[in-house]
Amino acid sequence: MAFFLETLFGGLMVGMLYSLVALGFVLIFKASGVFNFAQGAMVLFAALAMARFSEWIPQWTGIESKVLANVAAFVLAGALMFAMAWLIERLVLRHLVNQEAATLLMATLGITYFIDGLGQSIFGSNIYKIDIGMPKDPVFVLDSVFEGGLLLNQEDIIAAAIAAGLVIVLSLFFQKTATGRALRAVADDHQAAQSIGIPLNRIWVIVWCVAGLVALVAGMIWGSKLGVQFSLTTVALRALPVVILGGLTSVPGAIIGGLIIGVGEKLSEVYLGPFVGGGIEIWFAYVLALVFLLFRPQGLFGEKIIDRV
Amino acid sequence: MLYRENGQFKTSYSADQQIFPIAQDRWLVGALIALAFVAVPLLASDYLMRAILIPFLIFSLAAVGVNILVGYCGQISLGSGAFMAVGAYGAYNFFVRLPGLPLIPALILGGLCATAFGILFGLPSLRVRGLYLAVATLAAQFFADWMFLRIKWFTMDTPSGSVAVSNLQVFGLPLESAASKYLFCLAVLAVIALLAKNLVRSAIGREWMAIRDMDVAAAVIGIRPMYAKLSAFAVSSFIIGVAGALWAFVYLGAWEPSAFSVDYSFRLLFMVIIGGLGSIMGSFFGAAFIVVLPIALSQFLPAVAGLFGVEISTTAVSHAELMIFGGLIVWFLIVEPHGLAKLWSIGKQKLRLWPFPH
Repeated sequence: MAFFLETLFGGLMVGMLYSLVALGFVLIFKASGVFNFAQGAMVLFAALAMARFSEWIPQWTGIESKVLANVAAFVLAGALMFAMAWLIERLVLRHLVNQEAATLLMATLGITYFIDGLGQSIFGSNIYKIDIGMPKDPVFVLDSVFEGGLLLNQEDIIAAAIAAGLVIVLSLFFQKTATGRALRAVADDHQAAQSIGIPLNRIWVIVWCVAGLVALVAGMIWGSKLGVQFSLTTVALRALPVVILGGLTSVPGAIIGGLIIGVGEKLSEVYLGPFVGGGIEIWFAYVLALVFLLFRPQGLFGEKIIDRV
Repeated sequence: MLYRENGQFKTSYSADQQIFPIAQDRWLVGALIALAFVAVPLLASDYLMRAILIPFLIFSLAAVGVNILVGYCGQISLGSGAFMAVGAYGAYNFFVRLPGLPLIPALILGGLCATAFGILFGLPSLRVRGLYLAVATLAAQFFADWMFLRIKWFTMDTPSGSVAVSNLQVFGLPLESAASKYLFCLAVLAVIALLAKNLVRSAIGREWMAIRDMDVAAAVIGIRPMYAKLSAFAVSSFIIGVAGALWAFVYLGAWEPSAFSVDYSFRLLFMVIIGGLGSIMGSFFGAAFIVVLPIALSQFLPAVAGLFGVEISTTAVSHAELMIFGGLIVWFLIVEPHGLAKLWSIGKQKLRLWPFPH
């Protein structure tokens, strides 16, 4: 029982992180109808920037304090992500207004390659560390209930807390602020939003900035867990079924989808994996999402698609 | 003046429905094919054939397959690498397990394996479309990656999953020299591309295009979406599977599961975008572009950097390659969403009037 719960919690923690990456997808799709394949590349880029800046800033300025260096690196990397968002809007999206969704998807694939190349040529392609001072030691909880207690990773708990915090902030931003309302209006109908005076271009920049910020947070957490290297982009590929499961347009969908995928992956790996040779984590989420799509094509919380001729 | 059509009268329906209705086009294409079959094997060096021409031919074949699915039927697929892998391992298993099986039936059986796999993973397309489908097809990719790495039966229980074929021959002729490999790939490509071209011009091809343009409307006028979509998946994955088998058998010789990574899926998609969606000709342009670009860049970039007195490392070249690659894709999508094939047809249109502007 304790082992099952440990697996379950491990899955939930990983799922929370998937949700974080999935959130980046959903944000951009919600507000602009672009399926942003570049989210993974953005996570890698942000993580690389964060890792290298926190290394370089003490060298440049002589700041001793680690906290200060990390904060400065975070701010600088955030600024970089904002600049990137602005450039993407300026150079790519503005020229592709009114194109089909497939064209936009392929454009983001192009952006993916570009950002991958750019990030690695600026920041190098070795394995880097992000040290934001998260405690690495596992802790035991619920000693009294189970024999030996549950072994949980403190790092995971903190990461999940950060992710949850970000999700709450974003939901509030979407629901309560005027900008958030504008974003939702744009998502519903570009033309109608434009005709009541919502500046489309600015909305896109804002959305991509937010997605960049989410990528930065996701990159920071994943980076401090796994180290920053090229394989970080695969995290985004792992988060794709999350989006599909939850529905492309739903923020809560991204969260719940992430949790389902995280738990499903871990449980399937532990309980199903040994029978089929292991390593099924990689495709389990995809096949789960695929089977699910057969029954509910718009995902768990997605809007029902109505076709008209 | 080059494209003067005066005097070329079409007096029968069959003359009107030729693939190349203009006589100049026919001559040009005939000359090109003759050049490819006769002159190239005589003149090209082994390096040129092994490093550029054979990959170009095989990727053209795969791009034709992807184009049928993505360009003609409008089902975005990111699982092409998986179809290639299934074709390659399917052909390998038949080739090794059935002693004495000739190469060509093995390739076809490999293609049929890919067809079955493609139909299986094409089933979601009946309910899901567009972006959801693109992600759903990634499932095929990851599943295939895992299947060939972990299920030892497919790789004849080799510990690392890497397999090899040797002593290939076609009709008793050994397939060893670069020229013979080149000619074999060219022959396969010519046959399949011709079949594909005729298929997309036929009623089936028009059904695919109707589904692509608007599937609900197509269903209303009596096209069965299930039949059209699954046939597109079947034909496309057959061609991609054969291309995968060729890639493994003829080009690589020995390969492992990672030879068909998700990167291939993306690359094939780019070939189709850059070459031109919904154009068989475009598949060739796209394949040429994607095959030649990295080689050209790896030669060209250090030379340019050398002019400015900068040493440029190979990793820097590969990063620059990624950036140029990505930049070009975006640029193409913005400037010419219909790809190189569109440029080609614009050029032809201009030549028809040349030297007069109107």
